[in-house]
Amino acid sequence: MPFANHTTSVPVTVDDDKCIAEKGCRVCIDVCPLDVLAINPASGKAHMKYDECWYCMPCEVDCPTGAVKVEIPYLLR
Amino acid sequence: MSAFDSEMKTEIVETDILVIGGGTGGPMAAIKAKEKNPGLKVVLMEKANVKRSGAVSMGMDGLNNAVIPGYATPEQYVKEITVANDGIVHQKAVMAYATGSYPMIQYLDSIGVKFEKDGSGEYNVRKVHHMGTYVLPMPEGHHVKKALYRQLRKHQVLVTNRYMATRLLTGTDGRIAGAIGVNTRTGEFLVIRAKAVVLACGAAGRLGLPASGYLFGTYENPANCGDGYAMAYHAGAGLANLECYQINPLIKDYNGPACAYVTGPFGGYTANNKGERFIECDYWSGQMMKEFYGELLSGNGPVFLNMTHLAEETISEIETILHSNERPSRGRFHENRGTNYREKMVEMHISEIGFCSGHSASGVWVDENARTTVPGLYAAGDMASVPHNYMLGAFVNGGIAGEDAADYCASTDLPAYDAADIAREQARVMAPTRRDDGLTPFEMEYKARRLVNDYLQPPKVTAKYKIGQARLAEVRDDLSALCVKDPHELMRALELQSILDCADMAAAASLYRTESRWGLYHWRVDHPATDNENWFCHTLLYKDEMGRMAHKKRAVDPYVVEIDEDEMGAYHQLRTPAIAAE
Ligand SMILES: Cc1cc2nc3c(=O)[nH]c(=O)nc-3n(C[C@H](O)[C@H](O)[C@H](O)COP(=O)(O)OP(=O)(O)OC[C@H]3O[C@@H](n4cnc5c(N)ncnc54)[C@H](O)[C@@H]3O)c2cc1C
Ligand code: SF4
Ligand code: SF4
Repeated sequence: MPFANHTTSVPVTVDDDKCIAEKGCRVCIDVCPLDVLAINPASGKAHMKYDECWYCMPCEVDCPTGAVKVEIPYLLR
Repeated sequence: MSAFDSEMKTEIVETDILVIGGGTGGPMAAIKAKEKNPGLKVVLMEKANVKRSGAVSMGMDGLNNAVIPGYATPEQYVKEITVANDGIVHQKAVMAYATGSYPMIQYLDSIGVKFEKDGSGEYNVRKVHHMGTYVLPMPEGHHVKKALYRQLRKHQVLVTNRYMATRLLTGTDGRIAGAIGVNTRTGEFLVIRAKAVVLACGAAGRLGLPASGYLFGTYENPANCGDGYAMAYHAGAGLANLECYQINPLIKDYNGPACAYVTGPFGGYTANNKGERFIECDYWSGQMMKEFYGELLSGNGPVFLNMTHLAEETISEIETILHSNERPSRGRFHENRGTNYREKMVEMHISEIGFCSGHSASGVWVDENARTTVPGLYAAGDMASVPHNYMLGAFVNGGIAGEDAADYCASTDLPAYDAADIAREQARVMAPTRRDDGLTPFEMEYKARRLVNDYLQPPKVTAKYKIGQARLAEVRDDLSALCVKDPHELMRALELQSILDCADMAAAASLYRTESRWGLYHWRVDHPATDNENWFCHTLLYKDEMGRMAHKKRAVDPYVVEIDEDEMGAYHQLRTPAIAAE
């Protein structure tokens, strides 16, 4: 069966201006218990790669520059 | 497919003790094993990263079951849990927990975990349970993981993050021989040979499907999908009382805790749509959940958590605890909905089913030494059968497992194993990577869990269960079409297989016990009465020599704390007198 690409709005946003991934920071990616954050190859910054989340927030709390924001997504709101 | 090498990389490592799961109980098992014998090599394998893994990722609001001198005795606690669990408990294991509780609190205190104390430095314990006083708040509970991490480093525990254990290795002589893991970012294999293995993989929290449209709820850490239960089953261990499901009262839609244990001691309570209290006690038991479920369906639903009557200072204090520790996203959820505790009650609902001994009593059978029925294999925390053991239970029983495993290692060697077992497991794990198209893990997980909701959610109806089993078997057949494109999806594909195993176990265990017990948790409509003559026993589910799912009864060991006939019914009278009389 062929696959489709499905677009969804994700709960976790990274502010590219604040993210210092280019300096080697990987904190949010390291701490996420579901491993859903990764470096976006297009921007070199962290982003939410998979639309899976527990809304637990260590990504936001542990980010050294305050670049990460976890929001309650539309379906739960 | 391109994300995977056709040549599989496999590393083989040898250790004395392997701990699987680095959340709560796992790190404590590793630390206590090293404290007992610093010469041992201890490896801790974690699917995520031990810094923020497990149910306690962001800390905890409090200890739900602290047995602290001056407030409760171990005997009282054993009695409370025996009664709350309709008598089916292995009291020696509950007693081992209860006596280990206070020393563990002091130990946690000594490594930097903060608990609420009064002016004179005494622990400030509060009452939530029906009979005794056991809840110790942790207003600054967000440091739990940091404190554990410092100890892991201090004791030189070897941590392998981002490795998901997929199967246990059993030695040719039947002893446990280690485990096989796969890296969730690279797909590389790691085989760990060990003399003893401690399983601490948490609850099976991804069994039922939340109504939200997402696969993951906000309650149980979704990494805890039942891998531990599935691995124990395939290694031949017995699993106890799986039909005693976990079902929790949660905030509707948010699907996370509200949380009555925090608000109860301040005066918050569970209410119906008239704002009236309908249960005397908010402690989560099967009977409490049955009352909750009944109220939801009655004209008095929905059910709410009411704090509107509380004083301003009390509410601010509650908000500080509830919106900063444990589940900080709770505050954001309420903000979006315009729910202010001062003005609006919080709408509640009941969760989907899961397995968990932390909150209920469904787990891998362990005795008072945390030993399973397989030599050298231990289990602790939410996935082990000690009922209602919560976070402190994970710590205490994890510690017991680590210490006992350290002793066991002294008198044993590394068991021999069959290399064909590893090859077979690698073929199973990698199968979905070898296909170019087919079904995605997401679709298959959604379907399996929707079937769990449709057919297995209590009240349990035999005819529905039979259909559920047949439909789940069809999903299992579809595994031959499961297809993944990267190691992350491979992790989800493996998790799906654990979920399917747990769904099959839930159905089979529920059909085996032909009576009703534990309130909503095991309410069998075709067998509505509790049948103490035939079923005052544990049930053990296990894989027999032919590879089939089999069951047996295990007698309840003689109690170490006697319980009077009239005390036994205490948790059956939870309805408030006024409402009961209506
Ligand atoms: C939202 C929430 C609130 C709670 N509040 C309280 C409270 O206030 N007070 C209280 O006493 N208790 C509370 N509890 C219960 C308590 O947190 C748990 O009982 C306890 O933390 C369980 O510990 P554990 O070690 O069994 O599991 P966890 O701490 O969840 O650890 C399991 C670990 O296993 C890992 N894992 C899973 N599968 C694999 C695999 N295949 N390979 C490798 N690793 C794997 C996971 O990533 C995870 O890190 C709460 C639970 C939740 C979910
Ligand atoms: S933790 Fe913050 S700075 Fe670091 S990679 Fe993530 S978003 Fe960027
Ligand atoms: S909120 Fe939790 S699960 Fe979601 S991205 Fe952040 S760390 Fe990961």
